[in-house]
Amino acid sequence: MTTALTRGLTSCHTCGLLSRLSGNEASHCPRCLARLHGRKPDSLSRTWALVVLAYVLYIPANLLPILESRALLTAESNTIMSGIVLFWEGGSWMIAALVFIASVVVPLTKLLALTWLLVSVQMKSRAKPYQRTQLYRMVEFIGRWSMLDIYVVALTVTLVQVGSLASIEVGPGALAFGAVVVITMFAARSFDPRLIWDAAGDAE
Amino acid sequence: MRKTVADYCSRCQHRIACNICCPINSPQSIYRVNPPSSSDLRSPWPPAPEGNAARLIACRDCDLLQYEVPLKRHADAHCVRCNSVLYRGTRTGINLMLALMLACALLLIVSNLFPIAVLETQGAHVEATLFNTVLTVYDQQRELVALLVLLTTILLPALEIGCMLYLLIPLWLGRVAPNTPALFRLVLAIHPWSMMEIFLLGVLVTLVKLTDFATIIPGVSLWSFCALIVFFTMASSAFSTRDFWEWVDASKAEQSKEIFL
Repeated sequence: MTTALTRGLTSCHTCGLLSRLSGNEASHCPRCLARLHGRKPDSLSRTWALVVLAYVLYIPANLLPILESRALLTAESNTIMSGIVLFWEGGSWMIAALVFIASVVVPLTKLLALTWLLVSVQMKSRAKPYQRTQLYRMVEFIGRWSMLDIYVVALTVTLVQVGSLASIEVGPGALAFGAVVVITMFAARSFDPRLIWDAAGDAE
Repeated sequence: MRKTVADYCSRCQHRIACNICCPINSPQSIYRVNPPSSSDLRSPWPPAPEGNAARLIACRDCDLLQYEVPLKRHADAHCVRCNSVLYRGTRTGINLMLALMLACALLLIVSNLFPIAVLETQGAHVEATLFNTVLTVYDQQRELVALLVLLTTILLPALEIGCMLYLLIPLWLGRVAPNTPALFRLVLAIHPWSMMEIFLLGVLVTLVKLTDFATIIPGVSLWSFCALIVFFTMASSAFSTRDFWEWVDASKAEQSKEIFL
């Protein structure tokens, strides 16, 4: 199996045109002028840094409230999980399942999948490169749907303006959660799936 | 000298698409690829399809070199090794693409002008528009969250649609807009960050959540937003970067013909 890199070629990551990699200086795609790289630069260390940052932020994202409501005597704050539990108890199981998938299953799966991909690439694993590439494509595709919770919170605080005695506000957890979504999206983009095949291709 | 690689630049005999002799903006020399000769049949290249138009392409996800094959309308070419989409066959002409983008632009303006939903409880009347959602979050000292919502639902979709119009309208008229490569790259970079369809799902979840407590009246924007998502998704799933560059090449050829005449 011949890869482009072994022939000194690379495909432009933006427009897909195959071009020759020039030796030392930076080369650019002749069609869309994007920078060309044989492999994404520092892919593993950049992705590791972003993934670790996302893990750290994932803790406050789940522990801090994303929605805080205050009335004259009572104060109530909802984290992501308690919001889902409220939906569930309120009888809207479909909505509860939807929010659960978008804000718990997706970010967690994404982080674990990226970690596994990074570890397997670093150990030069040759196992199941096809399945790992599929997993990467899934991670890249589903990541943005986690933003759902941020929008729900923003719309809720806009629509529910209870008056001067009570208030409903965006909590600090929303910021941490938004950061997790954005950072994992960047992490998925900086990972280079061709590294999976570089290790696997040696075996052939 | 025996050539081990079958594909050379037709001008300087470097390997295809070289950055050495081929000046930027002359894609003709990049596309003309020689078919492998019989001496190359033992080399590990995949078999080339018939004809002189065979181009090489490398898979984005696994870097495997492959020959392009002609595609029927609405077909996709997949990598033989990792099954990712290599390139896509033509889905729409430039006319339909431009029409979809113009519709998106109009619907985006409408969606930003009218309320998405109106909430009524005991005489209180609260309207939520796209922009006052951002403002409310901003007023609660969550500036970064507000910025995230502003970027992903208003600014970046508007920028993406604006750039597409800037690129497509001149192409439709047989011209190539200045800075086409830079704006093309901008559009592709923005695309994953415009999250209007996720926002729409968020609107639906919120409305279902709040119907228990108050009367919710869907606003004009909600309907225009639904239509916007339909058109935008149609446009982005029909957009093929290969077709786009073929339109650019055709327009360039037209322009150079005019200069000679």
